[in-house]
Amino acid sequence: MTSLSTDPAVASSQRSGATSEQGAPKRRQGFWARENITKILFVVPAGLYLVLFFGYPVVKNLIMSMQDYTTKTFFTGEAPWVGFQNYVTVVSSNLFWPALLNTALFTVACIIGQFVIGLALASFFNRHFPLSRFLRAMLLLPWLLPLIVASATWRSILDQDSGILNQFLGTFGIPAIPWLTSPDVALLAVILVNIWVGIPFNVTLLYGGLQDIPEELYEAGELDGATGWKAFRHITWPNLRPVVSVVLILGVVYTIKVLDIILGLTNGGPANATQTIAVRSYQESFVNFEFGVGAAFSNILILISLVFAVIYLRANRRAVDE
Amino acid sequence: MNNQKKARWSKFLALAAITPLVLTACGGGTTASSGDATTLTLMDYYNNDPDKGLIQSAIDKCATDIGVTITREVVPGKDLIQKVLQKSSSKTLPDILMLDNPDVQEIASTGGLAPLSDFKVDTTGFAQGMLDAGTYDGEVYGLAPTANTLGLFYNKKILADAGLTPPKTWDELKTTAKALTSGSQYGMAFSAVATYEGSWQFLPFMWTNGGSETELDSTQNKEALQLWKDLVDDGSVSKGAINWGQGDVKDQFMAGKAAMMINGPWQIPALNEDASLEWGSVQVPVNKAGQTPIAPLGGEVWTIPQTGDKAKQAKAAEFISCLTAGDTQVTLGAERYTVPTKPELAKEYVEKMPDMAAFTEQIANARSRTGNLGAEWPKAATTIYTAIQLVLTDKATVDEAFAQAAKG
Repeated sequence: MTSLSTDPAVASSQRSGATSEQGAPKRRQGFWARENITKILFVVPAGLYLVLFFGYPVVKNLIMSMQDYTTKTFFTGEAPWVGFQNYVTVVSSNLFWPALLNTALFTVACIIGQFVIGLALASFFNRHFPLSRFLRAMLLLPWLLPLIVASATWRSILDQDSGILNQFLGTFGIPAIPWLTSPDVALLAVILVNIWVGIPFNVTLLYGGLQDIPEELYEAGELDGATGWKAFRHITWPNLRPVVSVVLILGVVYTIKVLDIILGLTNGGPANATQTIAVRSYQESFVNFEFGVGAAFSNILILISLVFAVIYLRANRRAVDE
Repeated sequence: MNNQKKARWSKFLALAAITPLVLTACGGGTTASSGDATTLTLMDYYNNDPDKGLIQSAIDKCATDIGVTITREVVPGKDLIQKVLQKSSSKTLPDILMLDNPDVQEIASTGGLAPLSDFKVDTTGFAQGMLDAGTYDGEVYGLAPTANTLGLFYNKKILADAGLTPPKTWDELKTTAKALTSGSQYGMAFSAVATYEGSWQFLPFMWTNGGSETELDSTQNKEALQLWKDLVDDGSVSKGAINWGQGDVKDQFMAGKAAMMINGPWQIPALNEDASLEWGSVQVPVNKAGQTPIAPLGGEVWTIPQTGDKAKQAKAAEFISCLTAGDTQVTLGAERYTVPTKPELAKEYVEKMPDMAAFTEQIANARSRTGNLGAEWPKAATTIYTAIQLVLTDKATVDEAFAQAAKG
């Protein structure tokens, strides 16, 4: 993507370089040519930003995960090198595989839920009707609410005895569901809340994608008998695909690291039923003060995100090539 | 030519614009200046009123007494340790630092705190449990003006209507709680949440029964766990307790949805806000008659970080002596519903605060969480709350729970 967008700029600057060389006698050439320096100067701020705010933390985290990094380290600056010991601790801990499984279940279920509901709502709002703008704005509310506030509110909504959800279900004769207190249901409850949090993101992007599909396509399709579901399958979906891939990949990267919602709702409980890799990383670092082990957990998370980032870049390149 | 000059200028400007970025990145890490000891910095986590204001007036009084001005920084409770660690790596620790008592040994083990004996602070007359909490490797690092603990609160009206008295033993607790359970009202409430709060609420039962955190997989601890399980299985305690913090427990009690609760005296101001609620408090029930109720000690201790400025540290020591002196203890204790940490003040205090009689008694035998394990306490605490959760959700039997939880 980057190479494509900069190509014209490179080409034009080479052209202007050629003309100036014709005008003036040969001066500095090669790497230190004026144009090159100008180009470098354009890149330097972005590069510095990346190194400072992305490179440093990632490298620091990698190093940290190979050290016995504890509270003492902050005061003395000493962190003995332990190689891959922290990773061994992580993988051999009883909670690692359940947490990994929970992370996978959580991510997949949240993405499917958010996307399906998001797409349905986006299509719904795409047919303009009275108050549709207002309602669409209202949909953004979960996004504006601080996650701590949202999770505290949901915690009281989902309370087994006095929670409003169970009281509502009770009026239909459904017995009280132990949303956050049964290990069998808690993960589902956390997933439901996170779907609620993620819907605005999905709606906003998908709605934007739908708006970009030219109305003429539908008009032409209608003449050929493509309406309703057919129109969606043959016109909407193919045209929406680039947006869909962005929404899904970003969704995965955002969801896999969700922490605040889980901490606010269950803190990893009941009986470790909602432990994910992100929660493990947080608890090892900031509850047990084992910063090295915590860093190892988060590096595993980064690695998984990286796989999806690469898929995203490849999918994007293919889309551009097409 | 003119164009080239312009281009050169713009290059220069671009470089100039970038330079500060690079410089700021390399900067930072200023060291504390030394010498002038008339201004001290202080950090604590009392970020909500009334505590925030009450502590401020105690600070102001002591600052005047020892002739310094104190700049106070208040951070939210859960951010304090992170803030302390950041400040210790950038060598910008405050001159006076408040810590929650179970964190003292962790921070003292980093070498970031100064032993109070270095500055001749008098540590006699304090309750042993509180001293233990502030002690690391035989040296006292922190003192607390007042302490809190846990007790059994009960709703006087509900118990009187049922013709019952507050339970003294576990058997009585079970039958009383069962008798008080009807409709949407539970007999009892406690916090079994998957955080240290859950472990802290379990400790009075565990310790009173002779159990210990050094040997978690013991009969005594299992008996205590069985009690909690019985209470939940009987329906006397809501299953929701698995996800309730102590604030939630208090809300249930105040809403009349629990007739009794395990909680601490810091909830008293909130309880008193509801004039129609009549509450009483007793010590936590014991397993067998004759046992002494032992509850965990809560409360914050004041420490002197190693800032390298001896003059300021000496002033900080004077400040801590003032803040933990008898008169400050009684004043703060009365204002904040916390118990003075000097046992000799107990009588004077209870005369002033009759509501606090049970808690004052409880404090006399209370133990610190880190007294035995020191910096290893967090691990034991995690095992305790995990075991509770495993048992209350039927994921493990009482017999297996501690062993299973210990595997992490």
